[in-house]
Amino acid sequence: MGENGAGKTTLAKHLNGLLKPSLGKVTVDGDDTTKKSVAQLSRKVGIVFQNPDHLLFSETVKEEVGFALKNFGFEPSVVVKQVERTLEALDLTHYANTSPFLLSGGERKRVALAAVLAWEPDYLILDEPTIGQDYQQKERLRNFILQLNSQGKAVVMVTHDVEFVAECNPKVVLMSKGRILAQGQADEILSDDGLIEKASLVKPQMAKLFSQLGEFGFPSDVVDVHRAKMLLEERLSEVKIRVAQSS
Amino acid sequence: MSLRVLNGFKFSSLRTPVHRLDPRAKFTLVIGIIVPSLLFTNIYLLVGLLLVQVPLLLVGRVTRRWVQSLRAGVFLSALIFVVNFFTGPLANAVALTLRFLLLMTTFSFFFMTTSPDDLGLAIDKVGFIRWLSRRWLGYPNALSFTFTTAVRLVPTMAVDAQTVVDAQRSRGLELDKGNLLKRVRNYIPILIPLLLIAIRRSLELAEALEARGFPGKEGRTSLFELRFKPVDYLLLGISIAGIVLSFWVFFQYRVPTI
Repeated sequence: MGENGAGKTTLAKHLNGLLKPSLGKVTVDGDDTTKKSVAQLSRKVGIVFQNPDHLLFSETVKEEVGFALKNFGFEPSVVVKQVERTLEALDLTHYANTSPFLLSGGERKRVALAAVLAWEPDYLILDEPTIGQDYQQKERLRNFILQLNSQGKAVVMVTHDVEFVAECNPKVVLMSKGRILAQGQADEILSDDGLIEKASLVKPQMAKLFSQLGEFGFPSDVVDVHRAKMLLEERLSEVKIRVAQSS
Repeated sequence: MSLRVLNGFKFSSLRTPVHRLDPRAKFTLVIGIIVPSLLFTNIYLLVGLLLVQVPLLLVGRVTRRWVQSLRAGVFLSALIFVVNFFTGPLANAVALTLRFLLLMTTFSFFFMTTSPDDLGLAIDKVGFIRWLSRRWLGYPNALSFTFTTAVRLVPTMAVDAQTVVDAQRSRGLELDKGNLLKRVRNYIPILIPLLLIAIRRSLELAEALEARGFPGKEGRTSLFELRFKPVDYLLLGISIAGIVLSFWVFFQYRVPTI
């Protein structure tokens, strides 16, 4: 996370070798990126770009999703199977034979995601995946990310969407002007006023609320609704018991 | 490599005396250099016309980029030289190569030191273009506006093109793989998104313009007015004199052409 121009996308492009470091070294699973081609690295590191218009070109969604698989030299039968599986996972099966250009913005974004997920990269990089998505789609995306995570895949997300991040509570790397400001769990980072200011972000609503509840003995590093609910319920039941005792 | 050539035609936003010259006067100068260079093949004249521009490039502080674009144009000038060397006398080959370098220098000088905005304003002042635009598009500013927009969208398109290439390479597309036919076909996944982005952007631009009252009424005013300064008149005078003199000499002495 970080402000516009902090270097988030630039960093992401180093991970599959689109950009090579002019100084220092970038390694993916121990392999130096300067010694591998973009195609070789992409097999492991899949990047989903922010704007789906930059990559959609096929006549049907099915072909679009299969494009990368063909480039990587998968067997035709595997291609068909993988395309089917990916479309199913992203709820796009009924659009398989539609032109991607006839779909809505959110659907196109999902096709773009499918086009990368199809080859099941070990590392998935998502550049601003929540922009232009309604709440339900975001919710779906989050579940999907958690699912990938439980399958042992690493998901790296470039985003400004503090609420989305707060709900997942992942590890956060905060960037500003090409440098890393801080890294740690989301609840530590996103409840720190100084860091939030420096990276020109907004605190998630729960963090705002709990920073003002500090005087009542609540911790200030609460960013997600579930933990907030738990803490408040605990306190409520304590109060209820006390009121019952005193009366 | 190809992109470095374009660098020599990109506007450098500096404020030097050369940048401040009136674009109309500067364009007359360009014509004043091009006309004699196309009419005559005298090597001394061509070298002279090339050297005349060096102080202008120096004052405009664009010499480095000019040299860069020349270096990138070496291949093409070598090709011109070799082809003409085998088809005609040596003097012709030298003259034609010089002519190519001269044309490149002149245009790159003009585009490096003239902002697209000024150029649009200048085009807008040309009566014939206003007349044509009114007859053809129903509004006198439409053609000059089209030109300015086209020029301004070039860098944006370049950024888009880079992003599209990055996105497709991330999907395993290898542009320089396979035989010639395959390589040409490799560009389809690049060109289709690029074309669609351009079309979509122009539609959005049209809507945004209409929302802001374009084309408006006759007699639009502009924030910046172009005005001839004494130095512009001087430049204009010299250029026109040069053009007239070139034609006079050309027809009077029936100079042989290549």
